[in-house]
Amino acid sequence: MGIRIEVDRDLCQGHGVCESEAPEVFEVGGDHQVVVLDEQPPEELRPGVDLAVRYCPTRALGLVED
Amino acid sequence: MGTATRPPLVSGGEGGTGHLEELRVDPIGLMQRARDECGDVAELRFADKEVVLVTGAEANEVFFRASEDELNQAEAYPFMKPVFGEGVVFDATPEERSRMLHNQSLRDKFMRGHAETIQAEVEAMVDQWDDEGEIDLLDWFAELFIYTSSACLIGRKFRAELDPTYAELFHDLERGTDALAYVDPYMDIESFRRRDTARAALVERIEGIKQHRLSQPAPSKEEMDLVDVLLSVRDEHGTPQFSADQITGMFISMMFAGHHTTSGTAAWTLIELLRNPDWMRAVVDELDELYADGSEVTYQALREIPKLESSIKEALRLHPPLIILMRLVMQPVTVGGIVIEPGKLMAASPAVSNRIPEAFDDEGSFDPGRYIDPRHDDLDNPWNWIPFGAGRHRCVGAAFAMMQLKTIFSVLLEEWTFEMAQPPETYRNDHSKMVVQLEQPCVVRYRRRNGGA
Repeated sequence: MGIRIEVDRDLCQGHGVCESEAPEVFEVGGDHQVVVLDEQPPEELRPGVDLAVRYCPTRALGLVED
Repeated sequence: MGTATRPPLVSGGEGGTGHLEELRVDPIGLMQRARDECGDVAELRFADKEVVLVTGAEANEVFFRASEDELNQAEAYPFMKPVFGEGVVFDATPEERSRMLHNQSLRDKFMRGHAETIQAEVEAMVDQWDDEGEIDLLDWFAELFIYTSSACLIGRKFRAELDPTYAELFHDLERGTDALAYVDPYMDIESFRRRDTARAALVERIEGIKQHRLSQPAPSKEEMDLVDVLLSVRDEHGTPQFSADQITGMFISMMFAGHHTTSGTAAWTLIELLRNPDWMRAVVDELDELYADGSEVTYQALREIPKLESSIKEALRLHPPLIILMRLVMQPVTVGGIVIEPGKLMAASPAVSNRIPEAFDDEGSFDPGRYIDPRHDDLDNPWNWIPFGAGRHRCVGAAFAMMQLKTIFSVLLEEWTFEMAQPPETYRNDHSKMVVQLEQPCVVRYRRRNGGA
C-alpha cells in the first residue's frame, strides 16, 4: 500500500514548483527535467507531494495508489 | 469516402478569402460559431489556408500534448515574420523554451530583483501624476510594460536609454498584425507600412546605442546588459557579429510575447475590479492588511495574495490576451475520430475554451471566487482554463507575469483609488488585428488615497 509518483515527460517544462513544495521528493536537474528522488514517498511527505501535484503548472505529475 | 473522417466545415467559408473577413471583424464570434455549428473540431478557411479549430478539453489536450514533429509552431504565424525580421523564429522549440525558462531573466531566484525593478518603474510613472487625473489604460500600461520588460529582460542600462517614443513604435509593431498577412504579409496597407517604418526606426535607434557602446571602454562584467553581451560576440576579424538589425529582432522577439499580453491583462484586471466594486473592496482590504505591518512590496509580490491573484486569473479567463493559438500540422492528427491532414493549420482558442459552460459555472461572469479554496476552476480544468496555453508550450513567462502584475497592483491600489471615466460597457477589445488590444478611448480617473500627501 502507498502512493507512486508518475511524471508525464511530454509535459514537464522544469518549472521547479514541485521542488519548492516537496524538496525531499523532487529535484529539477541541469537538463531542466524533474528528477523524482523518491518514487514511493512515505506518508509523512504526502502533504507536500499533494501540493506539488496540484500546483504543477503543466500538470505533469500524477499519483497512483498502489 | 475513405475511412478517415474529415473535419466538418463551418458555414460561410465559400469563395474569396473564406472566413478571413469575419476573422478581422469578430474573431471570437466566428470561433464560437464554429464550435456551435460543428462541435470540438471545425474547419475554417483563412485565404488559402485550411484552419482546423479545436475546442473543449479532449481536443485541447491533443493539441497541447502534440510533439513538435506533429504540430509545428514556427510556421503558423505569418503575421509575425515581418515584425521579428529575418532569421528570428516566432517561437522556440520545447527544448529551447525549457532553456529560456531557466535562463537568467526568468529564473525563480531572479524574481526578487525583478520585483524591485518593476516597483521602481511603476513608482516613477505615478510620480508624474497629480493628486487626481485621468489616464488612458492602453497608453499608460503599454509604456509601463516597455520599461519593465526591457529592464528585466535586457537590463537596466538599456532601459535607461529608452523614452516614451519606444512604446509608440512598439505599438505600431503590434498594430501591424492584420490577419491579411494570411494573404500576403507584405501587402501594401497602412498598418503594414507603419509596422515596417516602426521596425526600421527601432533598428536605427539600436544602431545608435550600439555605436555609442562601442565608443566607450568595455564595461565590467557586473555592468553588462544584454546589449553589451551581444556586442562582445566577435567574428574572426574582431568585429561584432550581430548587426543592429539582428539585435533589434532578438529584442523584439523577447519583449513582444510579454508586452501586449501583460499590458492588456493589467488593464482588464483594473476594469473588471471597477465593474465589480465588491471585489475591488475585497482586494484593497486584502492589500491593506498585507502591507499594514510595513512589509515590502517585493517580498509580498512573490507570495500569495489570493484575492488579487484570483482577480487577475479571472481577467485572464474572460479576456485572454491571445484569443487563438496556431500550429502547422506536420503529421496526421486524430481528434475524436476526425483526422486532420498535414499542411493544414490547427488552432486552439483560449477565448472560447475559457468560457465553456460545461467547465465553468456562470461562465460569462467575473467571479474570482472560483479560484478561492476550496474551488479551483483553473486546476480542475487544465485543458479548458488555458489563458497561458497548456502542456509543453505553456507560457514560460507566466510566473514572471503574475509577479509583475501583483507588484504593480500592490503599488497602484495601496496609494491610489480609481473610477471609470466612461460607461462600463464601453471598455472593450479591438479585434481588428491578431494582436488584441483595448479599444480607445479606455480612460479611468485616479485619485490619491487619503486626500493627498
